[in-house]
Amino acid sequence: MRTARFLAAAALACACGLAGAGEPTPIGLKAGAFDPPQAAAEFPDGVRGPDGAPLKLARYRGKVVLLVFGFTHCPAVCPTTLATLAEARKLLGADAASLQVVYMTVDPERDDAAHVRTYLAGFDPTFVGGTGAPQALEQVRRRYGVTAQKLPAAGGGADYAMSHSTSIYLIDRDGRLRALMPFGHSAADFAHDVRQLLALK
Amino acid sequence: MKTLRTASVALAALAAAGLAWAALVPPQVDSRDELFEIPKGTYARRMAGDKVEILPNRIDLTLGLNDHLLLRNLDDVPQQFGPVLVMPGQSFRLPFEVASTYGFDCTAHASGQMTIVVAEAPATPWDRLRWRWNRMRTKIRA
Repeated sequence: MRTARFLAAAALACACGLAGAGEPTPIGLKAGAFDPPQAAAEFPDGVRGPDGAPLKLARYRGKVVLLVFGFTHCPAVCPTTLATLAEARKLLGADAASLQVVYMTVDPERDDAAHVRTYLAGFDPTFVGGTGAPQALEQVRRRYGVTAQKLPAAGGGADYAMSHSTSIYLIDRDGRLRALMPFGHSAADFAHDVRQLLALK
Repeated sequence: MKTLRTASVALAALAAAGLAWAALVPPQVDSRDELFEIPKGTYARRMAGDKVEILPNRIDLTLGLNDHLLLRNLDDVPQQFGPVLVMPGQSFRLPFEVASTYGFDCTAHASGQMTIVVAEAPATPWDRLRWRWNRMRTKIRA
């Protein structure tokens, strides 16, 4: 009887341990992973790419996409993120060909397609920028849970800043939103996660 | 009288042994997940004017023990969890590898900010005692 009780307790403890076992993110990412992953929201027609044509995520199916939200007048966070992603591309070597960075502006008032293109070229000429109608960009932000808010200049002039979400979205080759990397991670972390996503069947 | 004294001594010895265990044995956990769930019906409750707070303003995590923030949406509509939009039935697990203080924009909080404090794993007896004490307090509050 005592043996049976012990075995039952051991089995229960074992089951609890297994059920609660702290697995790493399902595919071992440094970023936060969504489970189950779902299709990344496609951009509406009002979003334009560097060539002025509609910018669609579907265009990059087969590549891992890192989706960044920012604005070209950003003094610190956006340049840091873009420089980190440019460094990550270098770390990836040949795998960089299977990576696409997409930068979506939260400030269409100042960021037209030409300006975004010139700005991104300073970091990496392969980066693609998205801008367009404010309503369309707002729709993209809503679909990804991104916040952005205009902050008036301290002196009350015409200039302004933007407060916005700083995380980077990781989309796999099949167009599924896999993960979200908070601001502050290293280029090595991005390279690691991109390789993990590229290795997915 | 003698029985009372013996019982007191035994109790004190037991307490000392417990304290020694808590101070000397490194903590172990079944899961490294620190779970926050949005229950089904949360959206409906919010629409009815109920103020539902799922995430606290500050979350404390410890490396190697509870360093995976796990957010789970059991509601029928997408929910914004701090900086993350989690779809119905979906989970989001964010691992932390560096001890630091992380600030996230969070529209659900009046301050607009959520802070996650990630501490090193308790290495000294005093740290272990403090970790276990804080853990117990958190569990009791929950």
